[in-house]
Amino acid sequence: MKIIIVGDGKVGYSLAETLAVDGNEVTIIDRNMDTLKKTVENLDVMCICGTGVSASILIKSGVKEADLLIAVTNSDEMNMVCCLTAKKLGARHIIARIRDMQYADELNQLTTDLGLDMVINPERAVAREIARILEFPPALKIETFARGRVDMVEIEVTGAMEISDMPLKQISKKYAHSILIGAVLRSGNAIIPNGDFIIRKGDIIYIVGRLARLNDFCRKIGIFIPKVKSAMLIGGGRVAYYLGKYLEDIGIDYSIIEREHNRCTDLAAELPSAIIIHGDGSDDSLLKSENISEMSAFVSVTGHDEDNLISALLAKQFGVSKVIAKISRLTYSGIMQKLGIDNIVNPKQITANAIAQYVRGLENAMGNPVKTLYQIVEGQAEALEFIVTSNSRLINIPLKRMVLKPGVLIAVITRGNNIIIPHGNDKVQTGDSVIVITTGHRFTDLNGILEVVNK
Amino acid sequence: MNHRLIAKSLGALLTIEAVCALPSLIISMTYNDGCAPAFTLFIISLTAAGLALNLIKPKSIEIYARDGFALVGFGWIVSAIFGALPFIISGVIPSVTDALFESVSGFTTTGASILAEVESLPKSIVFWRSFTSWMGGVGVLALMMAILPSVKANSIHIMQAEAPGPYVDKFTPRIAWVARILYVIYIGITLIEVILLLMGGMPLYDAVVHAMSTTSTGGFSSRNLSVGAYNSPYIEIVITIFMLLCGVNLSLYQMIPRGKINAILKDSETRFFIAVFICASLFVTIELAARNGESAPDAARHAAFQVSTLITSTGFSSVDFNKWPEFSKMVLIMVMFMGGCTGSTAGGIKCMRILLIFKILRNELAKILHPNSVHVTRLNGMPVEDSVLTGILSFFFLYMAVIAVSMLIISLDGFRLETTFTATLSAVSNMGPGLDMVGPMGNYSGFSDLSKIVLTVCMLLGRLEIFPILLLCAPSFWKQANK
Repeated sequence: MKIIIVGDGKVGYSLAETLAVDGNEVTIIDRNMDTLKKTVENLDVMCICGTGVSASILIKSGVKEADLLIAVTNSDEMNMVCCLTAKKLGARHIIARIRDMQYADELNQLTTDLGLDMVINPERAVAREIARILEFPPALKIETFARGRVDMVEIEVTGAMEISDMPLKQISKKYAHSILIGAVLRSGNAIIPNGDFIIRKGDIIYIVGRLARLNDFCRKIGIFIPKVKSAMLIGGGRVAYYLGKYLEDIGIDYSIIEREHNRCTDLAAELPSAIIIHGDGSDDSLLKSENISEMSAFVSVTGHDEDNLISALLAKQFGVSKVIAKISRLTYSGIMQKLGIDNIVNPKQITANAIAQYVRGLENAMGNPVKTLYQIVEGQAEALEFIVTSNSRLINIPLKRMVLKPGVLIAVITRGNNIIIPHGNDKVQTGDSVIVITTGHRFTDLNGILEVVNK
Repeated sequence: MNHRLIAKSLGALLTIEAVCALPSLIISMTYNDGCAPAFTLFIISLTAAGLALNLIKPKSIEIYARDGFALVGFGWIVSAIFGALPFIISGVIPSVTDALFESVSGFTTTGASILAEVESLPKSIVFWRSFTSWMGGVGVLALMMAILPSVKANSIHIMQAEAPGPYVDKFTPRIAWVARILYVIYIGITLIEVILLLMGGMPLYDAVVHAMSTTSTGGFSSRNLSVGAYNSPYIEIVITIFMLLCGVNLSLYQMIPRGKINAILKDSETRFFIAVFICASLFVTIELAARNGESAPDAARHAAFQVSTLITSTGFSSVDFNKWPEFSKMVLIMVMFMGGCTGSTAGGIKCMRILLIFKILRNELAKILHPNSVHVTRLNGMPVEDSVLTGILSFFFLYMAVIAVSMLIISLDGFRLETTFTATLSAVSNMGPGLDMVGPMGNYSGFSDLSKIVLTVCMLLGRLEIFPILLLCAPSFWKQANK
């Protein structure tokens, strides 16, 4: 694919690296000649010096034939304008990095209005990743797809679990409505189950849903997940803000230590349920007075790698069992693991991986009417993303009355800001984005998932 | 330094060189000139050596700037040494020094020869001579990158070290495609020229040899009198045009399919190149017409041919310009210094450098008038970085230093200053003929072995723009770390 990346910063570089290695033709636009020089020496990409907002620079970099443009400069507004221009000039898909919290709530509206195909918010992605680490033990395998909106956890059913020998209908009635068993792997074959499907011992089930609900479900069916009750966050930046939101959702009590007073006041206003402490996160007496040794998790997410490292080491010293540090420079992660820090999160890597995955989805979807296509369940099943158009035959029919082809399942409906895990009474509306899980079928459009009924 | 990877790449290079000798073998068999065994032996030994080196398993596949330079330096030396084998095996040039001189002269697109008589030589050997210069035109390593699929991301270092000019224009995201597109352009231009020469009544063999020598700006001819032997204005004009076409940055031609012909004409370097060509031709025409009494069209034709052959460092001759008046000879020497554009197959200092040096000078003058003024040097409207400018100045100095030192050594042979100077300049700028003893009708066989070796090194230094070869001579380059 022909891809243009605007902004040769940390994320832009990582992205270019991943995408170029995947075999894409990458062009990078940046205003700084020096960084471009380094990039062109290390990566097989073309570099163009200039601003990505300028139409002439974009045309020069081949935007007219580009399959994808990714704007990751450090200004949100620039990214938006750049994407708008690119779309007008003929770029087929556009992705923008929008990280400001002010836009966070209206992001979906903004996405639709600007015609963006994907919005990346590195801080939110990092927060999400941390939340995932806090909620699930590393032994559980989680897949994330469809631009990070859908999580899917893989569980092997044992005889001790109540759900074995239970039909799916009953499971959803008994446990939760907000999760969905999307696929079952029985003796190596992927099956897309319907309501009458009975789970057997030895099946590997793939459950779709929001992180917090997946966690609940796992616990209910008898998988031991150590509960994180309290967490301490160092650094009150954007990551802490988004993480706070996630933690509230999961139900973990947390405190945030931030050095700047003004920022503390802002956070206190934005996150009313959190304890905000004004102070230095690498000061051990402060940490002690805030009962660090009682915490079940410790997360350092300041803007400085070195501070994060020191704070994390201190926490480890005080006996916190789960310590997570945000490290931006990749070269450090090797040392960190040796020092005993449990988890390292790297913003640029997380972002670059998310986009690279999306790009693979786009690539798979080429020549198909679907928006993206993801290989899931060890490549045995596919998750297809469709946009519901006004002429679709699915609109306003409750799912339980819909006759779908065998081996097809509507797994997720995204409507505006909401992600719906659909059940019998839910309906599809125009403009929704629908993720269908299937094995082996190739559909020409969304109507194709319906069983042909002879009237 | 990544020795293993360099050795492995050299293996690939040798294999490609073996394949490139196939046309010569075919010609040898067609004309039955007795060189077929020599070429067969050459191909077999090169393939064997290449495949053996290819068995090496490199520990890492990373290439850094120093590896790129080393690979280019070694690659050219090794290619040239092996390229001399057909001359020696076939017995055409028995002396090793002479054979090496001839081979390096080919690969570096110089076209200087120690042979007085080429028409009686086996056709396949003459063809091989031109073919080496054709390979050397865009570059042997570029050829390798264009052919081999396993081009690594940082192969840009190889391209950078091999391609003439201060930097490489990476006009498409994939470096392998840059090399491929350049070769497509190069092959295309060569084929068109072959067809046009055939239309001018040249025999097929001669047309191919001359086309390869023109597009590579090598200047090897299959005739003793060079292009002058055909005595055809049509052929001279065709060759003039194609020499000029190849003196322009080849990567500019990739804009033609995109319909941006204007961009080529707007390129400052191309404009400068064309302007110098026109002025120089005009001066020479006027003098030839006034002093030598040639008719205006003849004078213009000869002037244009000689100026273009010397400005692009091809080195063909249509007349014996050694007998021209002094002013014209001086003009020819001046354009010899300058050479063609960056990214072309031509030699010399390159138009872009000269143009930028003039711009630096203008800024220096302005600095004296307004000591606190701030200047940005621009080329094609884009600012040029200071590091590039200092690089150009140091290159300019090194270029002069190489010429000075070489002249000093060659003067031991006791030839006239004109011979010594133009022979050196001609070797460094990859030209071919000089004046006086090494003039278009002369050759290099009169020099001592020492001088021939010095000139051989000069040709390599000139083609690779000094640094890759110079680096191989630096002791610190060979030490492992921090020395």
